[in-house]
Amino acid sequence: MAEGGALIGFLDRLGRRAVAGLMEFGFAASLVGESLFWLVMGGKRRQPVRLGPIVEQAMEIGIGALPIVTVLSGTIGIMLAIQGIYSLKLFGAESRVTLGVAMSTVREFAPLITGILVAGRSGSALAARLGIMRINQEIDALTVMGISPVRFLVVPALVAMLVMLPCLTLWADLVGLFAAGLYIAPQLGSSLGAYGNDVIELVKLNDMLHGLAKSGIFAVLITVVGVVNGASVTGGAEGVGRMTTRSVVHAISAIVITDMVFVFMVTR
Amino acid sequence: MVGRKDNASANSVEVVALNTHYGDRQILHNVNVTVKKGEIMVIMGGSGSGKTTLLNHLLGLLSPSSGTIRILGQDLGGLTPLEHQRLRTRTGVAFQSGALFSSMSIGDNIALPLREHTKLDETTIGIMTRLKLEVVSLAGFEDLKPAELSGGMIKRAALARAIVMDPELLFCDEPSAGLDPVVASSIDDLILRLRDAMGMSIVVVTHDLDSTFKIADRICVLDRGKVLALDTVEAIRASTDIRIQNLLNRRTEEAELDPDAYLRRLLGPGAAQTNGANRS
Repeated sequence: MAEGGALIGFLDRLGRRAVAGLMEFGFAASLVGESLFWLVMGGKRRQPVRLGPIVEQAMEIGIGALPIVTVLSGTIGIMLAIQGIYSLKLFGAESRVTLGVAMSTVREFAPLITGILVAGRSGSALAARLGIMRINQEIDALTVMGISPVRFLVVPALVAMLVMLPCLTLWADLVGLFAAGLYIAPQLGSSLGAYGNDVIELVKLNDMLHGLAKSGIFAVLITVVGVVNGASVTGGAEGVGRMTTRSVVHAISAIVITDMVFVFMVTR
Repeated sequence: MVGRKDNASANSVEVVALNTHYGDRQILHNVNVTVKKGEIMVIMGGSGSGKTTLLNHLLGLLSPSSGTIRILGQDLGGLTPLEHQRLRTRTGVAFQSGALFSSMSIGDNIALPLREHTKLDETTIGIMTRLKLEVVSLAGFEDLKPAELSGGMIKRAALARAIVMDPELLFCDEPSAGLDPVVASSIDDLILRLRDAMGMSIVVVTHDLDSTFKIADRICVLDRGKVLALDTVEAIRASTDIRIQNLLNRRTEEAELDPDAYLRRLLGPGAAQTNGANRS
């Protein structure tokens, strides 16, 4: 009898968790839908999405992340160059290193690293801000004033993220390639200018778009994960901390998995 | 604008046969409340009586399991989001903790509904904001952030934000909780002034007896999710119901008379199970 109870208890918990997880997915999907609705229809309903908060968020998400994105993408560019030359030397093809570095930076490393950085910086900040607003009843206050919290809080963050993440990724492309060149040019005994010409010749528009499209998807993922976690905060300050951590872990996992799926679908 | 016509009915709030659940637990049992136009209704009850739940239903933040809620003549259950949003511009809410937006100054907090719902120019919005700040005696504080204000000032600022659109119906959640008696009394005076000067209907949720008797026209006493009494101040005072008298005289519930039940609670559910297993 006791074993049956334990099994039923386990199934009960499993079921509840599955339902909760599904509801979170549903919430995320409805958030995206509602955000699009407000972007398109807000003006007609006399509830436009305002430019001020978008610019404010864009400064915070984009300009604020510039230093760290610069440092990390530069470091990764150099790291790729070193590893590339080392591994290509094994079969005497180190002159082909520019191709490898350029492709992997533009198609993979720049969008991925930028996405992970922004998820850690701004996704968590978004979750914490919304979580605190929720426990202070500020979200309820917006609702009862007849101001849609999605329009007022989510859409500006989403638009800012959608604009700034591809911009940051483009910047990371440039910095990464430049830093790689600083190592590669002397190693191959050529000039930085010749390296630059090689890169321009090798990197096609298609490769750039591949990376930028991914960063757009990451932008939506980071925002939605941050909002879903922030909006489901319960249990005071501890709850805010827990959901902030959860939002970073979920956002980074979502980014890496989506990246793989995207590459699988597009590249094969 | 159909709502305006319905408004001719004299009731600002009508709750009919409201039942609500939180998970599997029933919170409100068959609650019926009406608030007349221009009336101050105090919803009173101890902790866990369901008064906050009732307020959240009136605000449309929760949806009921069954029953009808009509606010200013409109049934909350049958409103489209757009209609609900319009209705909300005609009501004001002052939350217990104030719920002021911490990233904005007091002035911006109070001006927010005007900026979002009207096409007034900034000069007019500034004047209206300062006007409401004068009403709650906070003139000159519009540039401070909520974190720089005291508890009483936050509650008054929240009231100013709640009335900035000149609502027909105002909800106040525990307006005097956590304040010293003098400040609490000044907030009660403010609520009375608002009703007298602007003819608002006001619903106040509180457990504070002094302020209840000072401001209420009628009192709704909630206890364990049921309406225990809904009557005028005099009638509530004169009530012979033992539970109401306990609440009014701040007496605790009578001591448990069933020692077995007491023992069972102390042992907890796990102990009860092992007990049963041993016996069988």
